Amino acid sequence: MAKDPDNKKLSLGSDMAAPPGGPSKGPGPGVTYVHTLSSVDELLERDAQREKDGFPRKIRIGRFMKPARGGKDKVILVPTTVEEKFMHDTRPQDEQEEQSTGGSGEGQEGEVIGEQPVHQTSGSGQGASGEGDSGGHEIESSAYDLGRILTEKFQLPNLKDKGKKRSLTKYTYDLTDRHVGSGQVLDKKATFRQIVKTNIALGRIDADGEIDATELIMGPKDRIFRIVSREKDFESQAMVFFVRDYSGSMSGKPTEAVVSQHVLIYSWLLYQYDRQVETRFILHDTEAKEVDDFHTYYSSTVAGGTRVKSAYQLVNEIVEKESLERDYNIYVFHGTDGDDWDSDGRETLPELKKMLLYSSRVGVSIAERYSGGQSKTVVERYIRNSGLLHDQNARLSLDSFSENADEDRLIEGIRRLMA
Amino acid sequence: MELIDQHTKRIMEGCKERARDAGLEFGGDTLEYIVTNRDLVDLGPKNMIPTLYDYWVQDVEVIKERSRYELYPNNPYETVINTRPAISFYNDNNPDWLNVMIFYHVLGHIDFFRNNHLFAHTWHEDFEGQALSDKRYIAKLRSEKGRWVDYVIEFSRGIDNMVGLYSELSSLNRHETPILSRLDYYFDVFLQKEKKVRAGEYLKEIERYNQACRDFPDAPDPVFFAEVAASYPEFEALYSKFKDRRHSRPKDLMSYILENSPFLTKDQNRWMKPVVEIVRKTSLFFAPQIRTKTINEGWSSYWHEKLFLQDDRISGNEVGFARVNAFVTALPFVGLNPYAIGMRLFEHVEELGRGGKISYDFQKLLDANLRKKFSREDVSGGDWVFKVRENFSDFTFINTFVDQEFVDKHKLFVAGRRLNPRKKVWEYYIKSRKAEDYKQMLLDSLYHPPSIDIVEEETNDEHLYLSHRFEGKPLVKEFIANTMMGIEFLWGGPVKLETTELIMPAPEPTGLAAFYAAFATDPFPGSSREPSYRRVVYTMEDRKLSKVVL
Repeated sequence: MAKDPDNKKLSLGSDMAAPPGGPSKGPGPGVTYVHTLSSVDELLERDAQREKDGFPRKIRIGRFMKPARGGKDKVILVPTTVEEKFMHDTRPQDEQEEQSTGGSGEGQEGEVIGEQPVHQTSGSGQGASGEGDSGGHEIESSAYDLGRILTEKFQLPNLKDKGKKRSLTKYTYDLTDRHVGSGQVLDKKATFRQIVKTNIALGRIDADGEIDATELIMGPKDRIFRIVSREKDFESQAMVFFVRDYSGSMSGKPTEAVVSQHVLIYSWLLYQYDRQVETRFILHDTEAKEVDDFHTYYSSTVAGGTRVKSAYQLVNEIVEKESLERDYNIYVFHGTDGDDWDSDGRETLPELKKMLLYSSRVGVSIAERYSGGQSKTVVERYIRNSGLLHDQNARLSLDSFSENADEDRLIEGIRRLMA
Repeated sequence: MELIDQHTKRIMEGCKERARDAGLEFGGDTLEYIVTNRDLVDLGPKNMIPTLYDYWVQDVEVIKERSRYELYPNNPYETVINTRPAISFYNDNNPDWLNVMIFYHVLGHIDFFRNNHLFAHTWHEDFEGQALSDKRYIAKLRSEKGRWVDYVIEFSRGIDNMVGLYSELSSLNRHETPILSRLDYYFDVFLQKEKKVRAGEYLKEIERYNQACRDFPDAPDPVFFAEVAASYPEFEALYSKFKDRRHSRPKDLMSYILENSPFLTKDQNRWMKPVVEIVRKTSLFFAPQIRTKTINEGWSSYWHEKLFLQDDRISGNEVGFARVNAFVTALPFVGLNPYAIGMRLFEHVEELGRGGKISYDFQKLLDANLRKKFSREDVSGGDWVFKVRENFSDFTFINTFVDQEFVDKHKLFVAGRRLNPRKKVWEYYIKSRKAEDYKQMLLDSLYHPPSIDIVEEETNDEHLYLSHRFEGKPLVKEFIANTMMGIEFLWGGPVKLETTELIMPAPEPTGLAAFYAAFATDPFPGSSREPSYRRVVYTMEDRKLSKVVL
């Protein structure tokens, strides 16, 4: 293992930090070994250096979520890392397996003593903290940061062409209009031009000779100002449809994987579009419905079958009814475990084709229950067979991964979905 | 961080007096500091030792924990660290009566640290001071070697859960067993294990020795071994090797690597050795704490309740105490609380001791009625709790004292959780009220790192061969690659790991899908759900992992 002494400056984080401006560089008498907490950026830089040194990256972006009703979920993004060791694997081998714990109280053996809904989001109920309405922006600001980290540190691509669509609601204010006589800022160039004009008209300027500025006279209307005016904003913006299969078969890990990836995609788009992103959430089993907030989107589950068509149809309807196509770059991300009652896609594919007409990108992620088998899931099979992936490869992409996929795999998935 | 004020310190000294009278031992001086919750969050990743060496993973943890704190603020009452003098941390603004209770609890911990034999290797040095010099040493190295110091720390920490606490402890009070004599080695080890000679030949050798004794009663050995040397020229070399090995048997994988790694002995890598050693020592320091959670918390809770109830300073605050105490030591309806179980087990031990039930006469009784009626006054029975706190760990504590009487008295049960697909809920139900099951459930929740041995026969300057002793659970698969990569780095050559893995049978639909599948025709007729096991060898070479089935 070659140790490159020149590289020692690259080591960051918990390095000994000499006091700023302190005279001593190396250890010696009088040096204080102060530990400064590394910032997330420094940690990620260290992580990138790991890769150059030939060791796999270790830092992942995790999140804490404190769900709350009415879209006031608090999500905080944090760096996480695992120290790998040899350990016994005490996880239950499958989801269904019984777990035992202790208890005390009355009751016969075999008696049921309590019930808990299958989908209770983790972390809830660990003590309530009072919180005002200001909490609402939390998700957005940290999601934006995550988007930046994803783009910069994980080298997710920047969008090539975001397309410009007219925004009808956003305006910017700028000093673009001119006004004679009064205003906020004197436009010196325009004013001088006006003075010259006035003086030519008065015959005070000899076209051949040199102009002596001190000889010029200035009329009251020569002064031209710039004033603030309202401009229509032509910034591009995105409308993202997150579509998720919430049928019975999705419960547990597939949902986790899909939702995690959707959060990452959302963050990344938020950064790409400089926060100009709106989201719609759609859940489907055999029927599709739109839900209001991420929390409902994340935590809902039903015990129905699966019809992908219903969801695509609903997206198409919404886009048509609200004429979204005109004003937005539309993205649709669909997460499923790959089940569909419509086994050859006869109903689904026409809706998908329709969707491709207006979408900037349709990304289908499939969290496979069992990655061992070779057989592809129903959805993957009919989408591949349709040839759309090839014909429409600029607009449609598909990524399938195991339900156990880790964060790295999910980020890689975004790359595939957006490439 | 500041010391508690004089008023509060006086309360502490009052507690010490009463605790000493009750039989606790915790040395003279202690230091108590007031800290903020933020201090606690920041110290958490360093296991509350402010002078622990710095490492970037701790920074990640701190950032994470700060965020978690924003969402879920919490407020621990106290933290004690096992240093000389013992240091403990508290929140500001506790009312005096609460401080009395907390101080008793803390004194319980200090007493435990000082007397439990699992901590014997920490009794004679101050870890805080030790850690500070280690921290400085690592900081100094970092200014020379940069990030490579952190890689060495990382890879050492990758195997620091397997430090040999017990071999360290046994080396502290080992009666040096005499090294086998040449003669014993020849007959007991060499002929049987090395040469694997047949019985007839073995007897012939014995006869030959007896003959030598008869012929040369003064000194039979030289004659006998002259002939041995003729037939087995390698004998002497093997014997001296055997003697050497017995002398310095490495205590664990880390010390084996320290002693034998060809990579670490190279001149340019020597600086890594102290780093590995620091990580190892730190891990050894914390090793007894992970193994004494239930018994240590139980001991402290047992005493804070007992002492505070007898303390005059409780008057007027009985309700407040009851509330806080219940919060800490109540048995949850569903779930495990080590404080609660540990405290009740100590009460159980006390009761057993006073009733003379920690005796063979009682233990041989199997009839529940006779056991109930058994009674024998034992005046010194109360001392049993002290003996237990001195000599037991979580495992032995639970394994010895969780019996049917204990389970029945506290109405304990094993709670199972199963899916009810129709109602879409997890059902909690009473799975068992048998002491055996309850004990097993407790034991399963204890810390238990895998046992991984070095197979010296397969190990040489290039390869390091490790073997995992399978105890019913496979290793966490995702962690194998990076852990082995670290060992490869420290060893400087390929590393092999023999372990057992689980093969799951063909997947059946799970969860709600299983429910729907029930309506369809059975897709997996007769498929067995029994997992099977197989032995595999992982090889890490040039940072690439490969696997062979044995």
